[in-house]
Amino acid sequence: MKSAVIVFPGSNCDRDVQVALRQSMGSEPIMVWHKESELPKVDLIVLPGGFSYGDYLRCGAMSAHSPAMRATVEAADKGVAVLGICNGFQILTEAKLLPGALSRNRDLKFLCRDVTIRVETSQSVFTSRYEEGQSLRFPVANHDGCYVIDEEGRRRLEDQGQVAFRYCDEEGSVRPEANPNGSISNIAGIFNETKTVLGLMPHPERLSDPALGGNDGRALFDGLVEALN
Amino acid sequence: MKARVHVTLKPAVLDPQGSAIKNALQTLGFTGVGDVRQGKLIEIELEESSDEAAKAKVEAMCKDLLVNEVIETYRLELER
Repeated sequence: MKSAVIVFPGSNCDRDVQVALRQSMGSEPIMVWHKESELPKVDLIVLPGGFSYGDYLRCGAMSAHSPAMRATVEAADKGVAVLGICNGFQILTEAKLLPGALSRNRDLKFLCRDVTIRVETSQSVFTSRYEEGQSLRFPVANHDGCYVIDEEGRRRLEDQGQVAFRYCDEEGSVRPEANPNGSISNIAGIFNETKTVLGLMPHPERLSDPALGGNDGRALFDGLVEALN
Repeated sequence: MKARVHVTLKPAVLDPQGSAIKNALQTLGFTGVGDVRQGKLIEIELEESSDEAAKAKVEAMCKDLLVNEVIETYRLELER
């Protein structure tokens, strides 16, 4: 598998995801500066977490129009897998590769802590190494992680099995009390219709090595390597 | 010509910042404070001389960048 990580001014998880990809792939991902209008031929494009363009105007709004993002949209339209983590998820919604939007956390706090999320399906290249209903511990670190979509859009996501992860309690139960930021239906991550694009607010790359205090994120990258090789 | 774009969250979208402002106003003793919504104001200097052309241009800007129509709505004002 070949992969590329798009680096925006203000990205700060590009190195973390580079390490996670290197570990699972056994080779180096290609780091691509956002000004590149042509991407190398890859099987996976990753939009990392961070605060691209200082979150000016809206999180991800500026980055969605960068040359590398235009190329990413073209690649996604051809079926190349795209993973957006945190700010990467915000960029994916701003670029209209995913529906809905991310807005200010319900309690106005910047949330920097581990959350528990439930895997909603193992039927995707991103989640094939997980079991449906499995609980995972991933860290979140964001101010604008509240997923918003209108009722019609929410229903479409549910009906088409596009919800990838939901915030849950330690026992794996999806309850309002386990919702850290007010996201609709506890949604923590979603797919596009073909499940080739995934956006999620929690950070799998930050717990992808036991030395970091947890390994729940590793299977996401291992699964991608297995599926896209 | 100057365009002013007032961007606000759609009524159905939770506005926790507006709620916090409302609470602060009530704490300060201001009574009779109803719903508070926070938005942003974007001012743009334009070369266009006709209102129609300016309006069309700013509407395109709103659609492409300034406004996320999933969660936001806007009001446009032009000033000569």
